[in-house]
Formats: sequence, C-alpha cells, structure tokens
Amino acid sequence: MKLRQEILNVLEKNARTPMQELAVLLNATEEAVEKEVQAMEEEGIICGYHTIINREAANDDKVSALIEVRVTPQRGMGFDSIAERIYKFPEVDSVYLMSGAYDLMVILTCKNMQEVANFVSMKLSTLDSVLSTATHFIMKRYKDHGTVLAKRYEDTRELISP
Amino acid sequence: MAIPLNRQVLDMKPSGIRKYFDVIQGMEGAISLGVGEPDFDTPWHIRDEGIYALEKGRTHYTSNAGLMELKEEICAYMKRTQSVSYVPEDVFVTVGGSEAIDLCMRAMLNPGDEVLIPQPSYVSYEPCVVWAQGKAVIIELKEEHDFRLQPEQLLEKITDKTRVLVLPYPNNPTGAIMEQKDLEPIAKICVEKDIYVLSDEIYAELTYEGKHVSIASLPGMKERTVIASGFSKAFAMTGWRLGYAVGPAEIVEQMLKVHQYAIMCAPTMSQYAGIEALRNGEADVAGMREEFNRRRRFLLHAFEEMGLPCFTPYGAFYVFPCIKQFGMSSDAFAMKLLEEEKLALVPGTAFGDCGEGFLRISYAYSLDNLKRAMERLQRFIGKL
Repeated sequence: MKLRQEILNVLEKNARTPMQELAVLLNATEEAVEKEVQAMEEEGIICGYHTIINREAANDDKVSALIEVRVTPQRGMGFDSIAERIYKFPEVDSVYLMSGAYDLMVILTCKNMQEVANFVSMKLSTLDSVLSTATHFIMKRYKDHGTVLAKRYEDTRELISP
Repeated sequence: MAIPLNRQVLDMKPSGIRKYFDVIQGMEGAISLGVGEPDFDTPWHIRDEGIYALEKGRTHYTSNAGLMELKEEICAYMKRTQSVSYVPEDVFVTVGGSEAIDLCMRAMLNPGDEVLIPQPSYVSYEPCVVWAQGKAVIIELKEEHDFRLQPEQLLEKITDKTRVLVLPYPNNPTGAIMEQKDLEPIAKICVEKDIYVLSDEIYAELTYEGKHVSIASLPGMKERTVIASGFSKAFAMTGWRLGYAVGPAEIVEQMLKVHQYAIMCAPTMSQYAGIEALRNGEADVAGMREEFNRRRRFLLHAFEEMGLPCFTPYGAFYVFPCIKQFGMSSDAFAMKLLEEEKLALVPGTAFGDCGEGFLRISYAYSLDNLKRAMERLQRFIGKL
C-alpha cells in the first residue's frame, strides 16, 4: 500500500498521532512521513483535523438540524454558487449536493431551536433560488464520523489464553 | 474402588498459563498481553448473517461434514489464496481449527507412530498425539533460524516410525513464518521419506510483508497434507467455534467418522456466518491485518528502544522477545513482572521447553494498551 494511503488510514482514526509514532507504525522515516502529510495538506487532501465531541456528555445544549433544500440551479454555475452562498454562513457545518427528492442537504448547529428557525426563515428561505426547505432536528447522535459516542470499549476476553 | 480416571489424561500436565490466570484474576489495574485471540469483534455483516440464520430458524443439525455451500466456499478460498484445487469431498467443517488437529491425529495414527512437533508451538499438538496413542517427537526450533524449521533438524529426527510432521506456521507463540524457499526442502524430504503433514494454518491470513504459502501448494504435497484452519483469527470469530480440515479424501473421510460420532456437526448458525465471511470478508481481514502490522512495528521499535532483543516475526499476532540477558527463567520473569508491574505475559516455556528464555507478547490489543504495557515493561527491566 502506498505510504499516503497508510498515513490517511491512521490519521482518519486518530488525527493526534505524532509524526514520530506514525513513522514507527508505517515503517518509514519521520522526514518522509512529515513530507507526505505536509504535501497532502497543501494539496487539499487533508482538509482539517477535528475533534469528535459528544455534546450530550459535555452538557452542551446546542441544537443541530438537517435541512433538505430544493433550489433552482443557475445557468453556467449549476448548484455551486448557491451552495457557496449557503456554506459561507458560519453556523452551517456541512452542505452536500444530493440525488433524489431534494438538491442540497444542509447541516447546521445553533445555540437553540429559535436560532435554527431564524436561520431557515430569514436567511435560507429568502435566497432567490431556494424553492423550499424541510427542517429536521437531530435528537440524538449515536455514531459520528465512524465513532460510536458515549460507549467505551470493553474488553470482555479471558485475560490469558493460549 | 478408585474413581475411574484414564492414566494418560491424568499424567498430562495442565497448561502452563493457568497459574497466571489465577494471579491476574482479581488484580486491580492489571494489563494483560496474554491473550491468543483478536481484540476486534467479528465484523458486523458476518454477525448479522449469524443473527439472520437464527431468525430464520437455522437451529438444527447440518450434515456431519457441514453445509455444502460452506465447503464450496472453502474450496474456492483455497483456490484463490493457494492455487490448490480441492473438491467438497476433501473438506469438512469442524468446531474450530483445534478439533481438526485432534481428529487428524486420531484418524492417522496407530500405536507407536511418531509425530514430529516443532516447538515452541501451540499447546495442543502434543496431547492430541499422545491421546491418539502416538509418540510425540519434539524438534526444538532456534531463534538463530528465526524459529523456522530447518531441513537438517527434520532429517535428524526422522525414524522408520515417523508418520506425520506438524507444521505450525504462521506460528503461535513466536510469530515465525515459513516462506516458500523454507518449505521447499521440507517438502522434498516429506516426499522422499513418505511423511505426511498436518499444516496448522489458522494464522495464514495474518502474514505481513508478503503472502502465506501453504506447503500443500508445493509439488507432491497436496496428497500428503491435511490443512487445519478456521475462521477464528482471520475473521475475529473465536467464539463461533468454526474451523475446517482440508486434505486427501481418504484421510478426511476417516476424520469425518470420528467427528460424526463425537460432535455431529459444527454450530449451524456459525456455518452460515462463515459463508458470509468467506464471500464478503476480504476487506475486513485486510483492515485488521494492516492494524496488526502497525502494532507489530510499534512493539519491535519499543523493544529496540529498551534494549530487548527480538527476532523480526512476520506472522500471527505475537512477538517473542529474548530475556536471557536477565539471568531469570521465563516463568520467574513473567511472574515477577505480573506481581511488580501488573503486566501479564505468557512465558515461552508454556509452548515447549525450548521456549525457555523467551516471552510471548500478544499484540491483539489497542495501541494505547500496548503503549501503557511497554512503559511498565521498560520500568521493570530498568530495575533488574
């Protein structure tokens, strides 16, 4: 497997892996690993390093919502320009172009329900190309970015076995 | 009247790891690197297939040899990985690879027949040979050969009573493998001297920096090799108790006879899960192998840092560092380490006398766990 892919496999699971450790795990030199990581950051392959937070456990009462948005694509731009107008709002976490019954899926996090309502009615729906929206509030997160939240791994194996 | 107890069973000494188990039980904050099974849970799609089998009421016996579909998948797997062609009559499904080992001895041996067992190796070969009225002849593998079986060692132990050679690679506890170049001279001797082989390939999928080669794939060997393998290590399915034997139909037929009377059939829901594992589990195995490989490198690096010599193993999920420099027996070292640093390892002697001076360390643990364990080991060594 190529070093790049191996680096991504490790960092995807643990972005905090030190370069020195990465080098040991992948049987490469520290310089080589560092160079590849830097190159992937510059090329936009690695776009960021985030922390997965279990908000419930952190007593954070922010609310997240998933909004289905139907829009009119613009000539020459397709969906890109309307997507950009939406993702520039700082409260928006993710924007995806979807196949199926609607066009854009917008996920956002706000302080409370009122703020979400305001965002949808004042900012999103008022955009010219937006035809309709349907807002769904996220009630509980079980798994996020491949990580099961709140449940600690428990080793149930026998302590010693041949 | 005395309680009726079999002399051979009575005389068999119990497994050397039992006492560690007793000490670690109830020890607060202990870390164990003593486990011989993957830390991963069985991949969900495989478990799901097992659940589905239960839902559908697949709760009855299968035929003694196992589900035809599963046997066909095993044949396809052997073809795919080793380019050896088997038909379903050459295969049957067992309760774990360990049952296949037992049955192989029972089906092949007559009283006094000699079986060559390279050690250090898995604990059950010797008892299985003894209880099948055979005679276990130990070949002591050497670290200087990376614990690979040498043709001279084999020739030295062959007598006119030698019938079977056990080939335990990739090896538990050393992590050693046999590459094609190592197997070729062994195969040649087996053909010349008319020796049959029980090849325990349960760790075949856990081979790093290369692919596992089965001795059955070498010229003249398919007809004299029984492969014992299973799903436990490759697919993290230890608790499902699912394995298989593949070999010459004449031998398999007799093994199946014993299996039929002793076991009936392997667990039915496990067999359905096994079909799914062989059909769609390749990516899971690759992911686990990659993770194991990283841990292997981590441990070898950690040993180097703390000055603990260890040959480079390329298989299974064990490393086998040498502790001869400390002038203690493996057993004393392991017990002291457990008492002082609450770190449990298995002494090499649990896998044969020639494991003296070595420790088996399993890396079927998360990297975080391994890091904490290595801190303890380093501290312990520093005090010696």
